[in-house]
Amino acid sequence: MTLADLAHSVSRGYRDIEEVKRYTGFGTGPCQGKECLAVVAAELARLTQQPPEAIPPFTSRPPLSPTPLRLLARDPGAHRFSDDTEK
Amino acid sequence: MLPVMDDEEDDSRADVSGEIRLPATLEGNTGPLPENCEIAIVGGGVVGLAIAYYLAKRGLTDVVVIERGYLAEGASGRNGGGVRQQWSTEINIRLMQESVELCRRFAVDLGVNVWFRQGGYLFLARDEKEIARLEKNIDIQNRCGVKTRMVDPEEARGIVPELDITGGSSAGGQPIIGGAYNPTDGILFPWPFLWGYARQAAAMGVKIYTQTPVGGLEKQPSGGYVVRTPRGAVHARRVINATGAWSPQLAKLIGVEVPTFPIRHEICSSEPLKPFLKPMVSELRSGLYCSQSMRGEIVGGVSVPGHASTYAMGSTLEFLATYARRLVRLMPILGEIKILRQWAGPYDQSPDGNPVLGAASADHPDFFLACGFVGHGFMMAPIIGKLYAEWLTGDAPHEIFSRYTLGRFTDGSGASYPKEDFNIG
Repeated sequence: MTLADLAHSVSRGYRDIEEVKRYTGFGTGPCQGKECLAVVAAELARLTQQPPEAIPPFTSRPPLSPTPLRLLARDPGAHRFSDDTEK
Repeated sequence: MLPVMDDEEDDSRADVSGEIRLPATLEGNTGPLPENCEIAIVGGGVVGLAIAYYLAKRGLTDVVVIERGYLAEGASGRNGGGVRQQWSTEINIRLMQESVELCRRFAVDLGVNVWFRQGGYLFLARDEKEIARLEKNIDIQNRCGVKTRMVDPEEARGIVPELDITGGSSAGGQPIIGGAYNPTDGILFPWPFLWGYARQAAAMGVKIYTQTPVGGLEKQPSGGYVVRTPRGAVHARRVINATGAWSPQLAKLIGVEVPTFPIRHEICSSEPLKPFLKPMVSELRSGLYCSQSMRGEIVGGVSVPGHASTYAMGSTLEFLATYARRLVRLMPILGEIKILRQWAGPYDQSPDGNPVLGAASADHPDFFLACGFVGHGFMMAPIIGKLYAEWLTGDAPHEIFSRYTLGRFTDGSGASYPKEDFNIG
């Protein structure tokens, strides 16, 4: 994600932070926006001439940090199908 | 940067000075609605935008698309991007054959790279009943010219070497005993698909309004409908309801009862990995499915039964745990990969598994439905959009518009058509 990507998104009419996320892919990488969200929001406020408080963060998605499947697979809350015979 | 490939000379990428051009796809979206239009499409998801694009291509450009939120906010922006021809009825198979062809040409026709990749779909069975279901469907698919074939466990492992076909004996699972494979099914990246339709439709004159919820809909004695929004009202000669899971709510504004209902489906995405997984892999027992996107992520979901109809789109640990359990059993080597995020989207669940199309009723011949796609509206949208546009610009209606009617649920005609039995995932 570069400043040029953001300007491109805004110029195409995708100015809502959720739209920018989808148009540029920012916030969908390993950091899930933890590093880039504030910077993008500040630049978006400048480009669209809005006060920063008019730009809420995009919806954050679980899990809080990247989690291996093998750990999740042990959670007792998993639904049991007909061949899930073990405890 | 996502795969946006513009077809025109574009200097905006180099310009970070803050100079903003008028939005190309959403021109006029901040102003009031026009007073009149020929067709108002409610819903700026893939179905509504596909119809708008094909209408404009056929020369009918006096079209307004009214979207409550932003483009891709609903199910169109939340799905796994699967596009398959493995269905259980001839009519749906033939529709999807045409949709796949339209997807193949999409990047060239629409000027946007949607990362369409035909890596095939591999459905896996763990008992004879599941095998029989696949075989029955394959007969119909082969008759339509789709070259799906049964594969034995070793062949399945040849296609996806990471599969554990033993079923994980230590985990008590049943082994994989066979599957169905069609090499020409595929996946695409949903978001740019919408921008492609939106941008080309707008370029031909369609007006697209986002952040514009419909608050009122009234049939006019003189014909047509008044659609009321915070941006004013538009008098439309015809209205198309393409609001997905929200279709019953819109229809209800004019007293039309649509028997579809929203079911939350969850999905998740992993960290990006080097490309290794060619087909979409799906397990019939659990409705597990996963594929590798062109960004390298493993994207997939599973059917967790027993949840009531809801518009709530929160995420659950139950889903993630179920998905992880089934996926790690099927492909143990994936145990170490990390999930980056999960989200949910609404399926517009239809009583017989088939969409609801055509004019709503004899009282509402100019109110059209395009809903009830049971989580498969994205893959159906290209052909549905094309057929709708052909009909509404004067061609004879395709069979879907007399078969998949709203009336079939009350006049008994639906009983004579087979239910769709292959809504997986």
